[in-house]
Amino acid sequence: MATYYSEEHEWLMVEGDTATLGITKHAAEQLGEVVFVEQQEVGDEFEKDGEIGVIESVKAASELYAPVDGEITEVNEALADNPGALNEDPEGEAWIYKIKITDASQLEDLMDEAGYKAFIG
Amino acid sequence: MTSPKRTPLHSLHVELGGKLVDFAGWEMPVQYPLGIMGEHKQCREKAAVFDVSHMGQVILRGENVGEKLEALCPQAYVTLKEGKARYGFFTNPEGGIMDDLIVSNAGDHYFVVVNAALRHQDIPHMQANLDGVEVTEIFDRALVAVQGPKAEDVVGALCPAARDLKFMETTVADILGVECRISRLGYTGEDGYEISIPEDKAIEITKAFLAHEDCEAAGLGARDSLRLEAGLCLYGNDIDQSTSPIEASLGWAIQKRRKEEGGFPGAERVQKELAEGAARKLVGIKPDGRAPARQGVEIQCSNGNTIGQITSGSFGPTVGGPVAMGYVSAGHGEPGEKVNLIIRGKAQPAQIVALPFVTQNYKR
Repeated sequence: MATYYSEEHEWLMVEGDTATLGITKHAAEQLGEVVFVEQQEVGDEFEKDGEIGVIESVKAASELYAPVDGEITEVNEALADNPGALNEDPEGEAWIYKIKITDASQLEDLMDEAGYKAFIG
Repeated sequence: MTSPKRTPLHSLHVELGGKLVDFAGWEMPVQYPLGIMGEHKQCREKAAVFDVSHMGQVILRGENVGEKLEALCPQAYVTLKEGKARYGFFTNPEGGIMDDLIVSNAGDHYFVVVNAALRHQDIPHMQANLDGVEVTEIFDRALVAVQGPKAEDVVGALCPAARDLKFMETTVADILGVECRISRLGYTGEDGYEISIPEDKAIEITKAFLAHEDCEAAGLGARDSLRLEAGLCLYGNDIDQSTSPIEASLGWAIQKRRKEEGGFPGAERVQKELAEGAARKLVGIKPDGRAPARQGVEIQCSNGNTIGQITSGSFGPTVGGPVAMGYVSAGHGEPGEKVNLIIRGKAQPAQIVALPFVTQNYKR
Protein backbone atom coordinates (compact mmCIF):
# COMPACT_ATOMS: atom_id res chain seq x y z
CA MET A 1 0.00 0.00 0.00
CA ALA A 2 1.41 3.36 -1.03
CA THR A 3 0.01 6.89 -1.19
CA TYR A 4 0.66 9.10 -4.21
CA TYR A 5 -0.04 12.81 -4.71
CA SER A 6 -0.86 14.81 -7.84
CA GLU A 7 -0.07 18.40 -8.75
CA GLU A 8 -3.85 18.93 -8.76
CA HIS A 9 -3.75 18.28 -5.00
CA GLU A 10 -5.29 14.82 -4.95
CA TRP A 11 -4.13 11.83 -2.98
CA LEU A 12 -4.36 8.26 -4.24
CA MET A 13 -3.98 5.40 -1.79
CA VAL A 14 -3.09 2.38 -3.93
CA GLU A 15 -3.64 -1.28 -3.04
CA GLY A 16 -2.82 -3.55 -5.99
CA ASP A 17 -4.77 -2.26 -8.99
CA THR A 18 -7.36 -0.41 -6.91
CA ALA A 19 -7.09 2.93 -5.13
CA THR A 20 -8.95 5.38 -2.94
CA LEU A 21 -8.94 8.97 -4.22
CA GLY A 22 -9.49 12.25 -2.43
CA ILE A 23 -8.25 15.83 -2.13
CA THR A 24 -5.42 16.87 0.17
CA LYS A 25 -5.73 18.94 3.33
CA HIS A 26 -3.87 21.68 1.51
CA ALA A 27 -6.49 21.63 -1.27
CA ALA A 28 -9.33 21.72 1.25
CA GLU A 29 -7.80 24.72 3.01
CA GLN A 30 -7.40 26.55 -0.29
CA LEU A 31 -10.99 25.82 -1.35
CA GLY A 32 -12.55 27.08 1.85
CA GLU A 33 -15.84 25.70 3.11
CA VAL A 34 -17.15 23.08 0.71
CA VAL A 35 -20.90 23.32 0.08
CA PHE A 36 -21.45 20.91 -2.81
CA VAL A 37 -19.71 17.95 -4.42
CA GLU A 38 -20.71 16.69 -7.86
CA GLN A 39 -19.59 13.09 -8.29
CA GLN A 40 -19.71 10.69 -11.22
CA GLU A 41 -21.23 7.23 -11.04
CA VAL A 42 -19.94 3.74 -10.41
CA GLY A 43 -18.81 2.23 -13.70
CA ASP A 44 -17.80 5.57 -15.26
CA GLU A 45 -14.43 5.30 -16.97
CA PHE A 46 -12.00 8.17 -17.19
CA GLU A 47 -8.64 9.16 -18.57
CA LYS A 48 -5.77 10.86 -16.80
CA ASP A 49 -6.39 14.66 -16.61
CA GLY A 50 -10.08 14.18 -17.44
CA GLU A 51 -12.70 15.90 -15.26
CA ILE A 52 -14.19 13.49 -12.73
CA GLY A 53 -16.17 15.81 -10.53
CA VAL A 54 -16.67 19.33 -9.21
CA ILE A 55 -16.16 20.66 -5.72
CA GLU A 56 -17.94 23.90 -4.88
CA SER A 57 -17.04 26.16 -1.99
CA VAL A 58 -18.93 29.30 -0.97
CA LYS A 59 -16.54 31.19 -3.22
CA ALA A 60 -16.16 29.15 -6.39
CA ALA A 61 -16.41 25.87 -8.28
CA SER A 62 -13.24 23.77 -8.76
CA GLU A 63 -12.93 20.79 -11.07
CA LEU A 64 -11.53 17.48 -9.90
CA TYR A 65 -9.12 15.97 -12.45
CA ALA A 66 -8.21 12.29 -12.71
CA PRO A 67 -4.57 11.61 -11.73
CA VAL A 68 -4.51 8.35 -13.74
CA ASP A 69 -6.66 6.35 -16.20
CA GLY A 70 -9.28 4.23 -14.49
CA GLU A 71 -12.85 3.33 -13.63
CA ILE A 72 -15.01 4.33 -10.67
CA THR A 73 -15.85 1.33 -8.47
CA GLU A 74 -17.34 3.12 -5.48
CA VAL A 75 -18.62 6.64 -4.72
CA ASN A 76 -18.53 8.14 -1.23
CA GLU A 77 -22.23 9.03 -1.11
CA ALA A 78 -21.97 10.54 2.36
CA LEU A 79 -20.49 13.65 0.74
CA ALA A 80 -23.80 14.51 -0.95
CA ASP A 81 -25.44 15.19 2.40
CA ASN A 82 -22.34 16.36 4.21
CA PRO A 83 -20.00 18.13 1.78
CA GLY A 84 -18.41 19.91 4.77
CA ALA A 85 -16.68 16.62 5.64
CA LEU A 86 -14.18 17.56 2.93
CA ASN A 87 -12.94 20.34 5.20
CA GLU A 88 -12.93 18.23 8.34
CA ASP A 89 -11.24 15.03 7.17
CA PRO A 90 -10.24 15.26 3.49
CA GLU A 91 -7.53 12.61 3.75
CA GLY A 92 -9.68 10.14 5.71
CA GLU A 93 -13.48 9.84 6.02
CA ALA A 94 -14.09 12.27 3.16
CA TRP A 95 -12.53 10.21 0.38
CA ILE A 96 -14.30 10.84 -2.94
CA TYR A 97 -13.99 7.67 -5.06
CA LYS A 98 -12.63 4.15 -5.05
CA ILE A 99 -11.22 3.39 -8.47
CA LYS A 100 -9.67 0.63 -10.55
CA ILE A 101 -6.38 1.75 -12.07
CA THR A 102 -5.99 0.67 -15.70
CA ASP A 103 -2.42 1.84 -16.33
CA ALA A 104 -0.26 1.47 -13.23
CA SER A 105 2.75 2.94 -15.04
CA GLN A 106 1.09 6.38 -14.72
CA LEU A 107 1.70 6.25 -10.97
CA GLU A 108 5.34 7.01 -11.74
CA ASP A 109 4.32 10.54 -12.77
CA LEU A 110 2.86 11.24 -9.33
CA MET A 111 4.65 12.41 -6.16
CA ASP A 112 5.24 10.70 -2.84
CA GLU A 113 4.41 12.50 0.40
CA ALA A 114 7.81 14.17 0.71
CA GLY A 115 7.65 15.29 -2.91
CA TYR A 116 4.15 16.73 -2.44
CA LYS A 117 5.19 18.60 0.70
CA ALA A 118 8.05 20.17 -1.23
CA PHE A 119 5.64 20.94 -4.11
CA ILE A 120 3.22 22.92 -1.93
CA GLY A 121 6.14 24.62 -0.17
CA MET B 1 -0.06 46.13 -13.77
CA THR B 2 0.64 48.25 -10.74
CA SER B 3 0.61 46.44 -7.41
CA PRO B 4 -2.68 46.60 -5.52
CA LYS B 5 -3.25 49.53 -3.19
CA ARG B 6 -3.53 49.07 0.56
CA THR B 7 -6.19 50.53 2.85
CA PRO B 8 -5.37 52.15 6.20
CA LEU B 9 -6.40 48.84 7.83
CA HIS B 10 -3.97 46.68 5.86
CA SER B 11 -1.67 45.81 8.77
CA LEU B 12 -4.69 44.87 10.89
CA HIS B 13 -5.86 42.42 8.19
CA VAL B 14 -2.44 40.80 8.27
CA GLU B 15 -2.42 40.71 12.09
CA LEU B 16 -5.88 39.07 12.12
CA GLY B 17 -4.79 36.39 9.62
CA GLY B 18 -6.89 37.71 6.75
CA LYS B 19 -6.52 36.02 3.37
CA LEU B 20 -5.68 38.94 1.11
CA VAL B 21 -6.64 39.09 -2.56
CA ASP B 22 -6.55 41.72 -5.27
CA PHE B 23 -10.04 43.20 -5.55
CA ALA B 24 -10.59 46.09 -7.99
CA GLY B 25 -6.95 47.10 -7.59
CA TRP B 26 -6.99 46.88 -3.80
CA GLU B 27 -5.42 44.29 -1.54
CA MET B 28 -8.46 43.22 0.49
CA PRO B 29 -9.30 40.37 2.89
CA VAL B 30 -11.63 37.83 1.31
CA GLN B 31 -11.89 36.06 4.65
CA TYR B 32 -10.26 35.64 8.06
CA PRO B 33 -9.56 32.38 9.92
CA LEU B 34 -13.25 32.19 10.99
CA GLY B 35 -14.15 31.49 7.34
CA ILE B 36 -16.84 32.87 5.04
CA MET B 37 -19.68 30.82 6.56
CA GLY B 38 -18.72 31.70 10.13
CA GLU B 39 -18.28 35.39 9.27
CA HIS B 40 -21.61 35.42 7.44
CA LYS B 41 -23.45 33.91 10.42
CA GLN B 42 -21.58 36.21 12.81
CA CYS B 43 -23.04 39.18 10.91
CA ARG B 44 -26.58 37.78 10.80
CA GLU B 45 -26.58 36.78 14.48
CA LYS B 46 -24.30 39.30 16.23
CA ALA B 47 -22.01 41.85 14.57
CA ALA B 48 -19.19 41.93 12.05
CA VAL B 49 -16.71 44.59 10.96
CA PHE B 50 -15.79 45.00 7.28
CA ASP B 51 -13.08 47.17 5.78
CA VAL B 52 -14.72 48.94 2.84
CA SER B 53 -12.06 51.64 2.48
CA HIS B 54 -11.55 50.63 -1.15
CA MET B 55 -14.79 52.41 -1.99
CA GLY B 56 -14.52 56.00 -3.17
CA GLN B 57 -15.45 58.71 -0.67
CA VAL B 58 -16.20 62.05 -2.29
CA ILE B 59 -17.16 65.47 -0.97
CA LEU B 60 -19.30 67.80 -3.08
CA ARG B 61 -19.38 71.49 -2.20
CA GLY B 62 -21.17 74.28 -4.00
CA GLU B 63 -24.52 75.87 -4.71
CA ASN B 64 -27.56 73.69 -5.43
CA VAL B 65 -25.61 70.42 -5.40
CA GLY B 66 -28.80 68.36 -5.02
CA GLU B 67 -30.34 69.94 -8.11
CA LYS B 68 -27.16 69.37 -10.14
CA LEU B 69 -26.97 65.74 -9.02
CA GLU B 70 -30.50 65.26 -10.28
CA ALA B 71 -29.22 65.92 -13.80
CA LEU B 72 -27.00 62.81 -13.48
CA CYS B 73 -29.19 60.53 -11.33
CA PRO B 74 -32.90 59.59 -11.33
CA GLN B 75 -33.13 60.18 -7.58
CA ALA B 76 -34.69 63.14 -5.76
CA TYR B 77 -31.66 64.79 -4.19
CA VAL B 78 -33.11 68.32 -4.00
CA THR B 79 -35.48 67.15 -1.28
CA LEU B 80 -32.89 65.03 0.55
CA LYS B 81 -32.88 66.56 4.01
CA GLU B 82 -29.77 67.32 6.01
CA GLY B 83 -28.70 64.24 7.94
CA LYS B 84 -30.26 61.82 5.44
CA ALA B 85 -28.65 59.39 3.01
CA ARG B 86 -30.20 58.02 -0.17
CA TYR B 87 -29.26 55.14 -2.46
CA GLY B 88 -29.02 56.07 -6.11
CA PHE B 89 -27.22 55.57 -9.40
CA PHE B 90 -25.71 57.46 -12.31
CA THR B 91 -27.51 56.64 -15.53
CA ASN B 92 -26.16 56.89 -19.08
CA PRO B 93 -28.05 58.45 -22.02
CA GLU B 94 -29.37 54.97 -22.96
CA GLY B 95 -30.87 54.52 -19.50
CA GLY B 96 -28.23 52.00 -18.35
CA ILE B 97 -26.63 52.19 -14.93
CA MET B 98 -23.10 53.69 -14.84
CA ASP B 99 -22.61 52.98 -11.14
CA ASP B 100 -24.63 52.87 -7.95
CA LEU B 101 -23.86 55.11 -5.02
CA ILE B 102 -24.98 56.55 -1.70
CA VAL B 103 -25.51 60.30 -1.42
CA SER B 104 -25.71 61.94 2.01
CA ASN B 105 -26.72 65.50 2.76
CA ALA B 106 -24.11 66.57 5.31
CA GLY B 107 -25.40 70.14 5.70
CA ASP B 108 -22.61 72.29 4.30
CA HIS B 109 -21.67 69.62 1.75
CA TYR B 110 -22.80 66.34 0.20
CA PHE B 111 -20.95 63.11 0.96
CA VAL B 112 -20.95 60.48 -1.78
CA VAL B 113 -19.69 56.89 -1.70
CA VAL B 114 -19.06 55.09 -5.01
CA ASN B 115 -17.79 51.64 -5.97
CA ALA B 116 -14.04 50.99 -5.81
CA ALA B 117 -13.76 49.84 -9.41
CA LEU B 118 -15.56 52.92 -10.73
CA ARG B 119 -13.85 55.71 -8.82
CA HIS B 120 -11.91 56.55 -11.99
CA GLN B 121 -15.12 56.89 -13.98
CA ASP B 122 -17.37 58.55 -11.41
CA ILE B 123 -15.12 61.31 -10.17
CA PRO B 124 -14.33 62.75 -13.63
CA HIS B 125 -18.04 62.28 -14.48
CA MET B 126 -19.02 64.48 -11.54
CA GLN B 127 -16.22 66.97 -12.16
CA ALA B 128 -17.26 67.37 -15.79
CA ASN B 129 -21.00 67.59 -15.18
CA LEU B 130 -21.59 69.22 -11.80
CA ASP B 131 -21.04 72.78 -12.91
CA GLY B 132 -19.70 75.04 -10.16
CA VAL B 133 -19.39 72.16 -7.71
CA GLU B 134 -16.09 71.36 -6.07
CA VAL B 135 -15.62 67.56 -6.31
CA THR B 136 -13.00 66.28 -3.85
CA GLU B 137 -12.03 62.65 -3.53
CA ILE B 138 -10.97 61.78 0.00
CA PHE B 139 -7.80 59.69 0.29
CA ASP B 140 -7.03 60.09 3.98
CA ARG B 141 -10.02 58.34 5.54
CA ALA B 142 -10.88 54.70 6.04
CA LEU B 143 -14.44 53.42 5.61
CA VAL B 144 -15.46 50.72 8.05
CA ALA B 145 -18.81 48.91 8.11
CA VAL B 146 -20.17 47.48 11.37
CA GLN B 147 -23.16 45.29 10.53
CA GLY B 148 -25.50 42.97 12.38
CA PRO B 149 -28.18 42.97 15.08
CA LYS B 150 -25.54 43.84 17.69
CA ALA B 151 -24.00 46.66 15.62
CA GLU B 152 -25.83 49.29 17.68
CA ASP B 153 -24.29 47.93 20.88
CA VAL B 154 -20.81 47.67 19.35
CA VAL B 155 -20.79 51.21 17.94
CA GLY B 156 -23.03 52.74 20.61
CA ALA B 157 -20.64 51.66 23.37
CA LEU B 158 -18.02 54.02 21.92
CA CYS B 159 -20.37 56.58 20.41
CA PRO B 160 -23.79 57.03 22.06
CA ALA B 161 -24.97 59.33 19.24
CA ALA B 162 -24.94 56.34 16.89
CA ARG B 163 -27.86 54.79 18.81
CA ASP B 164 -30.10 57.74 17.91
CA LEU B 165 -29.66 57.35 14.16
CA LYS B 166 -32.33 55.56 12.15
CA PHE B 167 -31.88 53.66 8.88
CA MET B 168 -30.44 55.96 6.17
CA GLU B 169 -29.53 58.74 8.61
CA THR B 170 -26.05 60.19 8.92
CA THR B 171 -24.23 62.36 11.45
CA VAL B 172 -20.81 63.45 12.63
CA ALA B 173 -19.71 62.32 16.08
CA ASP B 174 -16.55 61.57 18.04
CA ILE B 175 -15.25 58.04 18.46
CA LEU B 176 -12.23 57.75 20.80
CA GLY B 177 -11.82 61.50 20.54
CA VAL B 178 -11.72 61.73 16.78
CA GLU B 179 -14.47 63.06 14.53
CA CYS B 180 -16.06 60.42 12.30
CA ARG B 181 -18.97 60.40 9.88
CA ILE B 182 -21.43 57.73 10.95
CA SER B 183 -24.21 56.59 8.63
CA ARG B 184 -26.79 53.96 9.54
CA LEU B 185 -26.84 51.83 6.42
CA GLY B 186 -24.97 48.98 4.82
CA TYR B 187 -24.82 46.16 2.31
CA THR B 188 -25.76 43.08 4.30
CA GLY B 189 -29.52 43.35 4.89
CA GLU B 190 -28.82 43.84 8.59
CA ASP B 191 -28.93 46.90 10.79
CA GLY B 192 -25.57 48.61 11.00
CA TYR B 193 -23.30 51.51 10.17
CA GLU B 194 -20.72 52.68 7.70
CA ILE B 195 -18.18 54.91 9.42
CA SER B 196 -15.70 57.21 7.73
CA ILE B 197 -12.63 57.48 9.98
CA PRO B 198 -9.41 59.56 9.66
CA GLU B 199 -6.79 57.07 8.49
CA ASP B 200 -4.40 57.46 11.43
CA LYS B 201 -7.15 56.40 13.87
CA ALA B 202 -8.73 53.69 11.73
CA ILE B 203 -6.93 50.72 13.29
CA GLU B 204 -7.41 51.92 16.85
CA ILE B 205 -11.15 52.43 16.36
CA THR B 206 -11.62 49.17 14.44
CA LYS B 207 -9.78 47.30 17.20
CA ALA B 208 -12.07 48.93 19.75
CA PHE B 209 -15.11 47.57 17.83
CA LEU B 210 -13.48 44.14 17.65
CA ALA B 211 -12.87 44.22 21.41
CA HIS B 212 -16.64 43.91 21.89
CA GLU B 213 -17.53 40.31 22.67
CA ASP B 214 -20.20 40.17 19.95
CA CYS B 215 -18.02 41.52 17.14
CA GLU B 216 -15.65 39.76 14.70
CA ALA B 217 -13.89 40.78 11.50
CA ALA B 218 -15.45 39.65 8.22
CA GLY B 219 -14.12 39.75 4.67
CA LEU B 220 -15.41 40.37 1.17
CA GLY B 221 -16.52 36.74 0.81
CA ALA B 222 -19.10 37.09 3.57
CA ARG B 223 -20.02 40.57 2.32
CA ASP B 224 -20.96 39.04 -1.03
CA SER B 225 -23.05 36.16 0.37
CA LEU B 226 -24.77 38.55 2.82
CA ARG B 227 -25.73 41.05 0.12
CA LEU B 228 -26.92 38.28 -2.19
CA GLU B 229 -29.24 36.81 0.45
CA ALA B 230 -30.47 40.36 1.10
CA GLY B 231 -31.31 40.74 -2.61
CA LEU B 232 -28.93 43.68 -3.08
CA CYS B 233 -27.40 44.25 -6.51
CA LEU B 234 -23.66 44.07 -7.14
CA TYR B 235 -22.42 46.47 -9.80
CA GLY B 236 -20.71 44.56 -12.60
CA ASN B 237 -22.74 41.41 -11.88
CA ASP B 238 -26.41 42.33 -11.56
CA ILE B 239 -26.33 45.86 -12.93
CA ASP B 240 -24.14 47.52 -15.55
CA GLN B 241 -24.15 50.03 -18.41
CA SER B 242 -26.67 47.91 -20.33
CA THR B 243 -29.23 47.26 -17.58
CA SER B 244 -31.88 49.86 -16.82
CA PRO B 245 -33.04 50.52 -13.26
CA ILE B 246 -36.48 49.15 -14.15
CA GLU B 247 -35.02 45.92 -15.52
CA ALA B 248 -32.94 45.66 -12.35
CA SER B 249 -36.10 45.97 -10.19
CA LEU B 250 -34.70 49.21 -8.75
CA GLY B 251 -37.80 51.27 -9.50
CA TRP B 252 -38.24 51.70 -5.72
CA ALA B 253 -35.06 53.80 -5.71
CA ILE B 254 -36.53 56.36 -8.14
CA GLN B 255 -38.78 58.81 -6.35
CA LYS B 256 -42.23 59.64 -7.71
CA ARG B 257 -41.42 63.17 -8.90
CA ARG B 258 -38.40 61.94 -10.86
CA LYS B 259 -40.42 59.14 -12.47
CA GLU B 260 -42.99 61.67 -13.61
CA GLU B 261 -40.73 64.57 -14.57
CA GLY B 262 -37.70 62.72 -15.95
CA GLY B 263 -34.81 65.08 -16.59
CA PHE B 264 -31.99 62.57 -16.03
CA PRO B 265 -29.87 60.68 -18.58
CA GLY B 266 -31.89 57.91 -20.22
CA ALA B 267 -35.20 59.12 -18.75
CA GLU B 268 -37.00 58.25 -21.98
CA ARG B 269 -36.20 54.53 -21.62
CA VAL B 270 -36.93 54.47 -17.90
CA GLN B 271 -40.31 56.18 -18.36
CA LYS B 272 -41.18 53.91 -21.28
CA GLU B 273 -40.34 50.81 -19.24
CA LEU B 274 -42.33 52.13 -16.28
CA ALA B 275 -45.35 52.54 -18.55
CA GLU B 276 -45.04 49.43 -20.72
CA GLY B 277 -42.84 47.07 -18.72
CA ALA B 278 -39.23 46.14 -19.38
CA ALA B 279 -38.00 43.46 -21.78
CA ARG B 280 -36.43 41.55 -18.89
CA LYS B 281 -36.30 41.78 -15.14
CA LEU B 282 -34.05 40.80 -12.28
CA VAL B 283 -35.55 38.13 -10.03
CA GLY B 284 -34.55 35.82 -7.18
CA ILE B 285 -33.91 32.20 -8.06
CA LYS B 286 -33.77 29.30 -5.64
CA PRO B 287 -32.26 26.06 -6.96
CA ASP B 288 -34.14 22.97 -5.68
CA GLY B 289 -30.94 20.97 -5.25
CA ARG B 290 -27.61 21.72 -3.63
CA ALA B 291 -25.56 22.77 -6.66
CA PRO B 292 -24.84 26.51 -6.63
CA ALA B 293 -25.76 28.32 -9.87
CA ARG B 294 -23.01 30.83 -10.60
CA GLN B 295 -22.86 33.96 -12.77
CA GLY B 296 -23.46 33.12 -16.44
CA VAL B 297 -25.62 30.03 -15.92
CA GLU B 298 -28.43 29.82 -18.47
CA ILE B 299 -32.06 29.92 -17.28
CA GLN B 300 -34.62 27.90 -19.27
CA CYS B 301 -38.38 27.79 -18.86
CA SER B 302 -40.22 24.49 -18.57
CA ASN B 303 -40.46 24.03 -22.38
CA GLY B 304 -36.69 24.29 -22.77
CA ASN B 305 -36.48 27.80 -24.21
CA THR B 306 -33.76 30.07 -22.84
CA ILE B 307 -35.32 32.93 -20.90
CA GLY B 308 -32.29 34.47 -19.23
CA GLN B 309 -29.09 34.19 -17.28
CA ILE B 310 -27.86 34.10 -13.68
CA THR B 311 -25.97 37.27 -12.71
CA SER B 312 -25.06 36.41 -9.10
CA GLY B 313 -25.16 33.01 -7.46
CA SER B 314 -23.59 31.32 -4.51
CA PHE B 315 -24.34 29.33 -1.40
CA GLY B 316 -26.43 31.23 1.13
CA PRO B 317 -25.20 30.30 4.61
CA THR B 318 -28.33 31.64 6.36
CA VAL B 319 -30.68 30.10 3.79
CA GLY B 320 -28.69 26.87 4.07
CA GLY B 321 -28.63 26.26 0.34
CA PRO B 322 -27.82 27.84 -2.99
CA VAL B 323 -29.32 31.25 -3.85
CA ALA B 324 -29.11 33.28 -7.04
CA MET B 325 -30.36 36.32 -8.92
CA GLY B 326 -30.73 36.65 -12.65
CA TYR B 327 -32.61 38.26 -15.50
CA VAL B 328 -35.60 36.59 -17.13
CA SER B 329 -37.46 37.87 -20.18
CA ALA B 330 -40.85 39.57 -20.02
CA GLY B 331 -43.70 37.14 -19.42
CA HIS B 332 -41.63 35.21 -16.93
CA GLY B 333 -40.52 35.88 -13.38
CA GLU B 334 -43.60 35.41 -11.22
CA PRO B 335 -42.65 33.95 -7.83
CA GLY B 336 -43.34 30.22 -7.89
CA GLU B 337 -42.52 29.78 -11.59
CA LYS B 338 -40.49 26.62 -12.20
CA VAL B 339 -37.37 26.98 -14.30
CA ASN B 340 -34.30 24.94 -15.15
CA LEU B 341 -30.73 26.10 -14.66
CA ILE B 342 -28.15 24.63 -17.04
CA ILE B 343 -25.21 23.83 -14.77
CA ARG B 344 -22.31 22.04 -16.48
CA GLY B 345 -24.59 20.90 -19.26
CA LYS B 346 -27.28 19.45 -17.01
CA ALA B 347 -30.70 20.96 -16.31
CA GLN B 348 -31.16 21.56 -12.58
CA PRO B 349 -34.66 22.46 -11.37
CA ALA B 350 -35.16 25.79 -9.62
CA GLN B 351 -37.91 28.20 -8.72
CA ILE B 352 -38.39 31.95 -9.12
CA VAL B 353 -38.76 33.53 -5.68
CA ALA B 354 -39.44 36.98 -4.28
CA LEU B 355 -36.38 38.89 -3.08
CA PRO B 356 -34.87 39.14 -0.54
CA PHE B 357 -34.04 35.58 0.53
CA VAL B 358 -33.79 36.73 4.15
CA THR B 359 -35.80 39.45 5.91
CA GLN B 360 -34.01 42.78 6.00
CA ASN B 361 -33.55 43.96 9.59
CA TYR B 362 -33.22 47.71 9.28
CA LYS B 363 -33.89 50.09 12.16
CA ARG B 364 -36.56 52.35 10.74
